[in-house]
Amino acid sequence: MAILTSKQVTKNFGGLTAVNSFDFDVPEGSIVSLIGPNGAGKTTFFNCITGFYGFDEGQIFFNNHLLNGRSPDRVARLGITRTYQNIRLFTNMSAIENILVGMEPQLKRGWIGAIIGSKAMREEEAHAVEEANRLLRFVGLAGQGDLLAKNLPYGDQRRLEIARALAGKPSLLLLDEPTAGMNPREAVEMVKFIRNLRDELEITILLIEHNMRVAMSISERLTVIDFGSKIAEGTPEEIQRNPRVIEAYLGRGAATGLATNDSDPKGL
Amino acid sequence: MQTTIRQRFENIDYLDIALWVLRIVIIVAVLWGTVATILDNPYSTEQWLDFLIFGLAQGSLYALIALGYTLVYGVLLMINFAHGEFFMAGIFTATVFVAIPLDASGFTDRHPIWALLVIAVVAIATSMGIAVLTERVAYRPLRRAPRLVPLITAIGASFFWQYFFRGLYGSGITAFPDVALLKGSWTILGLEILKSQVVVIVASVLMLIGLYIFVMRTRMGKAMRAVSEDKDVAALMGIDVDRVIMITFAVGAAMAGAAGVLYALMYRQVHFFMGFFPGLKAFTAAVLGGIGSVPGAALGGLLLGLFESVGPCLFLEGLGITSPYQLKDVIAFTMLVLVLLVRPQGIMGERLAEKKA
Amino acid sequence: MTMETETRFNWGEIVRLGLLAAVIALSLNLIGLVGTFAGRDIIGGMVSVGHVFLFGAALGCGYIAAQRFSGGGAGNTLLGGLVIGLLSSLPLVVLVLIAEPLNLRQFMPYVSPALLEMLTFGQGQALGSLILIVVASVLGLIGAGIPLLPSRVRQPLIWGLAAVFLIGLLAEVIILAWGNQGLGLAIRRFVFAARGLSILGASLVFLIVVGLSAWWNSRGEGIKARVNALPPERQRNLRWGGIGLGILLLLFLPMFLRTYLTEVIDNVGLFILMGLGLNIVVGFAGMLNLGYVAFFAIGAYTMALLTPSEYGVAGLSFWTALPFSVLAAVLMGLILVIPVLKMRGDYLAIVTLGFGEIIRILVLSDFLAPWIGGAQGILKIPNVSVAGMELVKPEHLYYVILAGCLLALFVSWRLRDARLGRQWRALREDEDVAEAMGINLVKTKLLAFAIGAAFAGMSGAIFASKLGSIFPHSFNLMVSINVLCLIIVGGIGSLPGVVVGALFLVGLPELLREFAEYRMLMYGALLIVMMVARPEGLWPSEVMKRELRAGSEEPLPAGFVVSSAER
Repeated sequence: MAILTSKQVTKNFGGLTAVNSFDFDVPEGSIVSLIGPNGAGKTTFFNCITGFYGFDEGQIFFNNHLLNGRSPDRVARLGITRTYQNIRLFTNMSAIENILVGMEPQLKRGWIGAIIGSKAMREEEAHAVEEANRLLRFVGLAGQGDLLAKNLPYGDQRRLEIARALAGKPSLLLLDEPTAGMNPREAVEMVKFIRNLRDELEITILLIEHNMRVAMSISERLTVIDFGSKIAEGTPEEIQRNPRVIEAYLGRGAATGLATNDSDPKGL
Repeated sequence: MQTTIRQRFENIDYLDIALWVLRIVIIVAVLWGTVATILDNPYSTEQWLDFLIFGLAQGSLYALIALGYTLVYGVLLMINFAHGEFFMAGIFTATVFVAIPLDASGFTDRHPIWALLVIAVVAIATSMGIAVLTERVAYRPLRRAPRLVPLITAIGASFFWQYFFRGLYGSGITAFPDVALLKGSWTILGLEILKSQVVVIVASVLMLIGLYIFVMRTRMGKAMRAVSEDKDVAALMGIDVDRVIMITFAVGAAMAGAAGVLYALMYRQVHFFMGFFPGLKAFTAAVLGGIGSVPGAALGGLLLGLFESVGPCLFLEGLGITSPYQLKDVIAFTMLVLVLLVRPQGIMGERLAEKKA
Repeated sequence: MTMETETRFNWGEIVRLGLLAAVIALSLNLIGLVGTFAGRDIIGGMVSVGHVFLFGAALGCGYIAAQRFSGGGAGNTLLGGLVIGLLSSLPLVVLVLIAEPLNLRQFMPYVSPALLEMLTFGQGQALGSLILIVVASVLGLIGAGIPLLPSRVRQPLIWGLAAVFLIGLLAEVIILAWGNQGLGLAIRRFVFAARGLSILGASLVFLIVVGLSAWWNSRGEGIKARVNALPPERQRNLRWGGIGLGILLLLFLPMFLRTYLTEVIDNVGLFILMGLGLNIVVGFAGMLNLGYVAFFAIGAYTMALLTPSEYGVAGLSFWTALPFSVLAAVLMGLILVIPVLKMRGDYLAIVTLGFGEIIRILVLSDFLAPWIGGAQGILKIPNVSVAGMELVKPEHLYYVILAGCLLALFVSWRLRDARLGRQWRALREDEDVAEAMGINLVKTKLLAFAIGAAFAGMSGAIFASKLGSIFPHSFNLMVSINVLCLIIVGGIGSLPGVVVGALFLVGLPELLREFAEYRMLMYGALLIVMMVARPEGLWPSEVMKRELRAGSEEPLPAGFVVSSAER
């Protein structure tokens, strides 16, 4: 059953159509990749799902909830969280605070309780901190909770961002180029990590990936998007053989296409 | 499909509803006031025309000052809060050191054109000097800082210069000497228009056109536009970004300095606080026209001047508000809010105000 | 002037610093700071604050030069300082020579005979100019010499000079607070001159502070280490003890300070209250609000209208009207903020400034005058009363203000460390991401504005009752800028910073009447200097320090979801 369904979604910027009548399904419990050349509209589509952009036509459903016009915070509360292509942590907040912010959809107690110091509030906070520490350990950042996010090394920032997204207990996790800026070995580890996420937390993962090798190795299904339109869909093997995909990548001479040979193929 | 409609209603943002109510209330109030005023018709046609001409003159001053905001915002994405002070500094200095001595010595009466020219040169040079100094000392070290930091610095610079010049030249209102040549009025198309107002409007329009040509045609203008597109790429292309930014400040300040001279001709007085509110109004004008756009600043300035001069009588009098002219600043600020609510990119803003992801 | 160019020492930089010092010194003279503060003696009859302004640039630039080119060798460094001092005095000499022939005073009112007299030390043009040059050069040299000293000598020296400056500056106030009886009077005569410290007093203060500072330098680390070595239980007790002592001191403060100083402290308190409110909006939530005075005004006017004043409509008592005043400010905050919720930071600043002005213009207008008095203001607002007793004296009102400040401090402190505080910080860092993480932006922003407005409303209400009358001009933009400046100087987002900032920026100018003219000038300069040189403020908030205590490892709780990711 599809957890996320997009029907004929169209998004225009002035005269430019960034996403064009996009039909798309994400089966529950799967890992699905959205691939395509630079500027194909992948991130724009993410922004449409999370409510950051309102889109012009079509509908997006998530677990039978309509997402059209829903504000981002309410989308997050439905169970969709995300990471960003160029890591967007709260840089001047500590790692643990970043995760605590990610936990927002779970937190209930308001500000009056905080002023009078109610027991319910204190319990909730204590529980949240405990949970945040677990998540830190889960992503391999144990004991780094008090470091400011900006002072973490690049790879740790990536993992912290994923931990923050996981903190909201999402049923659909959107990852925007999770291996961007990583060397091949780090990318391999990230792929394993993402698989584990799905297997052990039983969540659905939709990711944008620029590195074809990574995308092919991790996804059960791929959707290729170019100029805002879907040009192909299927399993990794089907996509690799699809002439339109090859044309979209090689025809325009995109550097990160199928021909990349900077990573060890056996590792993936 | 039924559920879809219900869900659509669920997804509506209450804030949007509140904002729509607000827009409608303001528009209805303005229309109501206008209709009531027109039906009542307390002013003669001539009076309305006077309001219009005054509004045009005032608006062209706003337009000249607004250019500074627009240019600087274009290259730095920063509201140069101290820009109104550049406007004040030039004409205040020129009045104290040039206009008054020249008038006392009788030079102004003998060679009014030369006198005005010297006054303008001194005013413009001072404005430019203060602007370049401010940019170098207060803004340049903060190029990469979070956005609010340079804004706070600019607020600091604004008050610093106000009270600096207050200390320098005194806190009172200084009279700008009369120029006999510009006294009285001309009759144009059957309308009697004050000479000073004609000069203000004509000079402003010429300068606006000149600046537009500068930005669109010259090398430096192209460099400015390149920097405003992307500073880093411009630097890679061999453009000296610091120099371009400095010149942008200087050009904006030159316009402000010239506006200062015209202001003095129109109101015949200068004081240390004279830059603050015109500065705010000019910023409003820049936003109204679409910040970052030169023709937008011109259009926004003229519109704001007109609204401010015609508005109190047209919109407010009809609502039964006593002494509506006291509330003309309310009109300007309400317009600012309204523009940001209805069309944040301004009238001529090209770029869509969508946030970047 | 010819310079040896062989040295690695950068003479071009020295000249530039010298010119900078010259421009600063000349400006301070022309805008009247030197002349105005000439009467404020630090050491009676010898050194005034005016002198500090006159020579501060030489001293400071010498210091900066020596710090910047520490590798140039001591001789060169000192020579550089001398050159800077010399350069800084040259435009002043020119000023002395041309002021009278050109009648500069007609252009610039502060170039007065008194100033010229001061610049020449009363010795006539020729000799006076020479003295001026020599003194400035020597001070430049001293400034350059300070960084050359080893730090265990330098630090006590700087503290000593700072103490003499501060005590001399506040001599008048200290004398006022001291009282006039017995031994106190004798000591006072001994330490203080008619204006400022006596020479003996200055030496005494200097020596004591130098001694204390040197002692702390050698022992301070040890004491801190011993406190840190105490068990956490004891440390906490120590902290609570400190807080308790502080509150006790606050309770008895008016008895030490007497009426005049308590009045000043009351005003500081009202600004602390406002500062705490703006701190929530600007410091915690990162939204620059320049129209903050509007909420102060609403609080004051609501108080005036609800109590039996000239335009009163309800005839409530202060205590009944207070919650309504706060509520009115909150409501106004909510109404004003709705249109600006979706605006970006810098636009928000300008629009709120506009709102502040709209409120002021409306209050001032003839249109609303029949109800709220227009430019004439509202008179006869009753005093605060407790159990039938009217609180008229500043000493009594002090407790009302103190209670308000403590309440606001408590609320700020609790919210800062709670979920809401975290939401605000996230909002300040990155609004879009915060929203994508499930934070309701509208609610979070509204709460910040509402709570901020509540504090300002309370401050305004107390202000109205304290003065007994209110006028529109008390609610101008300067108040907003004042509050903004004090939270920035104190440290954005820092609670003690608000208190420190208010004491410095509101207390000091009220104590020194010369400041009145230059208050806004200094605020402006401070805003620039703080942002460029020390954006975290005098008393930075915890966030800045947190970095230092990283890496607190805890035992692993059993049974977490995933084990394979442990690396």
